[in-house]
Formats: sequence, C-alpha cells, structure tokens
Amino acid sequence: MSSQGAANSTQADAAARMTSAGAASTGGKIVVRGLNFYYGEALALKAIDLKLQVNKVTALIGPSGCGKSTLLRVFNRMYDLYPNQRAEGEVLLDGENILDPALDLNLLRSRVGMVFQKPTPFPMSIYDNIAFGIKLYEKLSKSELDSRVESALRRSALWDEVKDKLNASGLSLSGGQQQRLCIARTVAIKPEVILFDEPCSALDPISTSRIEELIDELTDDYTIVIVTHSMQQAARVSEYTAFMYLGELIEFGDTSEIFTKPREKRTQDYITGRFG
Amino acid sequence: MSRYDARRRTDALARALCVAAAIFGLGWLALILIAVLLGGFGGLSLSIFTKMTSPPGANGGLLNAIVGSLIMTTLGVAIGAPIGMLAGTYMAEYGRYSKLTFFVRFINDILLSAPSIVVGLFVYQIMVARMGHFSALAGGVALAIIVIPVVVRTTEDMLLLVPGSLREAAAALGMPRASIIGQVAYRSARAGLVTGVLLAVARISGETAPLLFTALNNQFFTANVNAPMSSLPAVIFQFAQSPYREWHRLAWAGALLITVAVLTMSVAARVLSARAANK
Repeated sequence: MSSQGAANSTQADAAARMTSAGAASTGGKIVVRGLNFYYGEALALKAIDLKLQVNKVTALIGPSGCGKSTLLRVFNRMYDLYPNQRAEGEVLLDGENILDPALDLNLLRSRVGMVFQKPTPFPMSIYDNIAFGIKLYEKLSKSELDSRVESALRRSALWDEVKDKLNASGLSLSGGQQQRLCIARTVAIKPEVILFDEPCSALDPISTSRIEELIDELTDDYTIVIVTHSMQQAARVSEYTAFMYLGELIEFGDTSEIFTKPREKRTQDYITGRFG
Repeated sequence: MSRYDARRRTDALARALCVAAAIFGLGWLALILIAVLLGGFGGLSLSIFTKMTSPPGANGGLLNAIVGSLIMTTLGVAIGAPIGMLAGTYMAEYGRYSKLTFFVRFINDILLSAPSIVVGLFVYQIMVARMGHFSALAGGVALAIIVIPVVVRTTEDMLLLVPGSLREAAAALGMPRASIIGQVAYRSARAGLVTGVLLAVARISGETAPLLFTALNNQFFTANVNAPMSSLPAVIFQFAQSPYREWHRLAWAGALLITVAVLTMSVAARVLSARAANK
C-alpha cells in the first residue's frame, strides 16, 4: 500500500490544500493510478488508471464479474468492512490518497456517498432515516434539521409523496420510493461524490426513469459514478463511460464515442451484445 | 406400475409414522397440561397470593415463593442478559471473522446444554461456601449462568440475520461502528433480541436444581437478597414430597402458576418473532 502525498501533513491541511489546487492540477475529482485489488489471493482489478471529472456522470459498464462494482467500492473504501480484501496503488480524491491506511473512513464516506442496488431504508421513520445521517456530522436545531430533511426529500423528488407521513416507517414505502429515500439520505449529508451501484436493477421502468432524471439533476452539484448493467441506461445518464472486462479497464472516454465508435474490439462486441 | 404402488405404500407408511410420532409427543404435553390444570385449579384461591407458606395443617399461600421467584428471575436476567447480549454482539459484529468467536461459540454451545445442577454446585462452591450462607443473590447468579448461553445464542443468530446490505448502507453514510450496531442492527433485530430474553426467562423460571444449592428456601417472606429465599420450584419440590394434603394442594397451584407464566412467555416470544419475520 502506498501512501505518499498526504502522509506527512494532517488530513485537514491536506483537504484544504487539495480542494483549492488539487482538483485543477490533477485534472479530475477522483484520479485512479495503478490500482490493483485483491479478494484474498485473487486479483480482481488489474492496474486501473482512470480520471473522473468533477460534476459529471461516469458510467462503469461491463459483463458480470468484470470488477466494476469492486472498483466502485474502492472509492468509499467499503471493502474495508471485510477481511482479506485489499487495494494497492493510488486513488486520489482532490489529490488526497484515500487508500492511506491512516485516513478517517467516516469522514471519507461523508464526502463520498453511496446508493446501493437494493433499497436499504433503516428500520426507522422516513424523517429519521434522513435526520440520522445529518446528526452524525452537524448539531442543528429542530427547525434547521426539519428544513434540511425537507430539502433532501425535495432534491430526491420524494417530498410530495411523503410530506404527510414523515413519521411512517421507511419500510412502508414502495421500492422506488425507498430508493429515492436512500438517495435523499445520501444527499442530506452533502457529499461531493455519489456512487450508484446498479441503483435501478430492483426497480420497475417508471421508478427507473425517475431515478435517472434525478441523477441528471444531481450532476449540477455532485460528481457521480454509476455502475450499471443496462447499456441504454449508461448511454442515457452518463457523460463518460468506462468499459471493464476481466478486471481490466479496456476503454474509457466520452459516452457518445464509446457507444458509436469504440476503439477496442472487445468494447464493440460488448455493446453490440455479442457477449456479456 | 408395481414400483409406483410400492412408492405410494412407502409414502403412506412414512406419513403415518410421522403423524403417530407427532401425536405421541404432543399427547404427553397435553396430558401434563391437563394434569396441572386439574390439580392446580382446585388449589387456586386468593390466599395463594396473600399468605406465606405455612406449616402443615394451617391454611397457607405461596406469596413468599412467588415474590422470591420474581426477585431471583429478575436478578438472573438483569445479570445474564446484558452479558449475553454484549457477547453475542461481539460475535456477530466485531469478531465475526475472528478465532475467538469460533471458540466462544463452541464453549457457549456446551454451556447451553450443561446440566443445571452442575451450575448450582458451581455457584455453591464459588459463592455460598465462601459467604458461609445461602442467599438469593447466589440464586440469581446461578440463574444468570443459565441465561447467558441462551441470550448469547439468540443475540448472535438474530444479528447475523440482519442483512449485510443494511450495515453497508449505514457505513456508507459514515456512521461509526457503534452507531451502526446500536441504531441500525439492534433496531432491525429488536423483536428477535427480545424473544431471546423471553425464552431465557421461560427457561429459568422453572429451574429448581441451581436454586436448591444456592438460595435454598425460606418459610418466611423476605426481600433481602443476602438471605435464603423461597422460590416456586423449590416449594413445589419440598411440598410435593411431603405427606400433607394442604402442601400437595399448594404444590399443584405453584406448578400451575409456573406453567401459565412459561406458556405466556413462550407464546409472546413466538408472536414477537413471527412479527419480526413478517417485517
């Protein structure tokens, strides 16, 4: 594990330095350099190099098992929850290496939010589902908290549906509503990056299109990475697309180019449905 | 054709054996319940709840035994349940992949089936013998040792049922480990955790052997946990062996009380866990 860069200075210093100059000098919100990822002995990601542009949507596509979710889970160090999973190389968020073992994971995750494949509302009220995350970081008065909850719900296009039952259980909502609740929860703590791990694969087409509209609106303020199995979805929501295959990043570029004139034969085979 | 017939005959035979075994098992349970109800209802009266156990010949009740059982059961749960829940939490959350968890789970399974009289003797050695007298506190500790493995097991099982995706979602918000466990995992497994404690209460409220060596018995009412204390199982044990009719009557009434209490708690535990499963 390498931990150059911010190793000598405190995190606060590093964060301040990076947000001002880092993004510009490295030319990306997240910069991945030479990333290898292991499940035990098995190499799941091989020497990935990638730059994610600020306030853009980047889609990760590829057949099952290609490592796209694995890559996504590196960006918030979700893999840290499990033993025998490790990453080596560099992943710079605003120039700060997030693979640094000394990094405060909770702070990282407050900057890099994540929405999962299956909706995962907490077993508490709709209001608390959102307020809970905010209260972890900020001490707010009741009215401030109320307005933060409301704006998060508005932001995720859920407010009109739940404003009269904020005390109902989050589990009482439909699947699509639950997923928007999870997005609201993520947005509420004001992250800089939001990771979507196949957010629509458990949803019907109408809920899917609502989530996609939402992602589109969120790009004004957030850098978004989305893993998807649906190439149409990648084409619809993303500005950049990365095609992965067997743990390697095969091709990365503008979504329109990837889908119309891919440089690699394997990319072309995949997007035309010849395999995968 | 003939093979099909043979298969049907085997099926019918196997099914008949299963039904017979079920009826046989449930039949004894029904007989026990009927016997307890018939024997107990006759002895049930208001004086059971208002009077002390009495010498033979006098009209007595079970008040001291009921209160003693309540106190020692409460002690046992108050000491055992937190320890069990903390251990179960360690095993399911912090130490899920550690060798210690594997080891503790193995020991816990042994403890779960340890004869309760051994627990009683153990507490006699470490507490009663050293303090020089029997006490309700020793009784509570003995019951706690029976509570712990039950609660450890159910806590671990229930927390393991909480989907990993929920923990990941909580971690993805930057929640510290303690909040993930306390606010998300516990909430999600709440009904199951309560069920575990209820089952433990049901288990210890009928235990006699560990109390005979620790709390002994007491003919009089006491709330002093540093003194010998009466309990329903101990009174049943003593009175049922006696030749006196009044004592037999009280023993039946005590048996009925325990049975009803345990039954109520088991049903409550069932209802709670069914509700948890439906969520």
